[in-house]
Amino acid sequence: MPAWSAIAKGDELPPLELRLTRADLVRYAGASGDFNPIHWSDRTAAAVGLPGVIAHGMLTMALAGRLVTRWVGDPAAVRSYAVRFTRPVVVPDDDAGALLELSGKVGDVREAEPDSCRVATIDITARFAGKTVLGRAAAEVVLPE
Amino acid sequence: MPDPSYVGRSLSPAEPYQVSREKIREFASAIGEDSRICHELDAARAAGHPDLVAPPTFAVTFTMPLIETFLRDPDFGWDYSRMVHGDQSITLHRPIRGGDELVTTIHVENLTTRAGSHMLTLRCEVADVVGEPVATTKALLVTQATS
Repeated sequence: MPAWSAIAKGDELPPLELRLTRADLVRYAGASGDFNPIHWSDRTAAAVGLPGVIAHGMLTMALAGRLVTRWVGDPAAVRSYAVRFTRPVVVPDDDAGALLELSGKVGDVREAEPDSCRVATIDITARFAGKTVLGRAAAEVVLPE
Repeated sequence: MPDPSYVGRSLSPAEPYQVSREKIREFASAIGEDSRICHELDAARAAGHPDLVAPPTFAVTFTMPLIETFLRDPDFGWDYSRMVHGDQSITLHRPIRGGDELVTTIHVENLTTRAGSHMLTLRCEVADVVGEPVATTKALLVTQATS
């Protein structure tokens, strides 16, 4: 566990690698209520010009958020979280799935009201097949005392 | 062609959405979030929360269906079938928890057409049933303009 009082701009979070399979997309569809067939049907994905079935953008966002909640140790510590969806994550119908590579670093630390807690902004990088899939991805988290 | 007169309007608040413990567990499992406060009531209470805590992106699971209903309304004129999600932000004024009853109001913030695409910014204000703010979400949605 990091020494929270010493966290400063530029500190790197432990990276996280996740594999996404079709089963993960089906499970997320059910849990989120997003049943758009581009996330489970090759036929539909091809018909709209996609290279294959793609992960829900919100699933990629949620998985990238785990980099931060794991580091801070508390999903309730997140104050804000924003991303741009810049490239799709294509998930093949096989056992290996798609590899998502997550990394992040502290972009800023400041004192915040109401109780002068310390809030860190984490800049997140999410890569698939060597390219970033999220732009301007950042989360603000309250650091533990 | 989406109707630009909607910009600046707020839609009627939705019926309250009840956040269930089981939905929080299901959602946390689906994204692989294994924090005990998302799954175990004792752990959540020991950490000072009244009930299970939802992962940060949970709010979109009940705001997106409301957005879909609005965007499929022919009066607005949006091509939902060709829509892509451009960006998303979520601000949590407090964590979302099991047992919450949450009311979402959609605000149509902006609509622009550029390079053959319509770009729509919708903001959702999520409050509890007495009106205390819980979350603010903002989505940029893009659809091709029909030529």
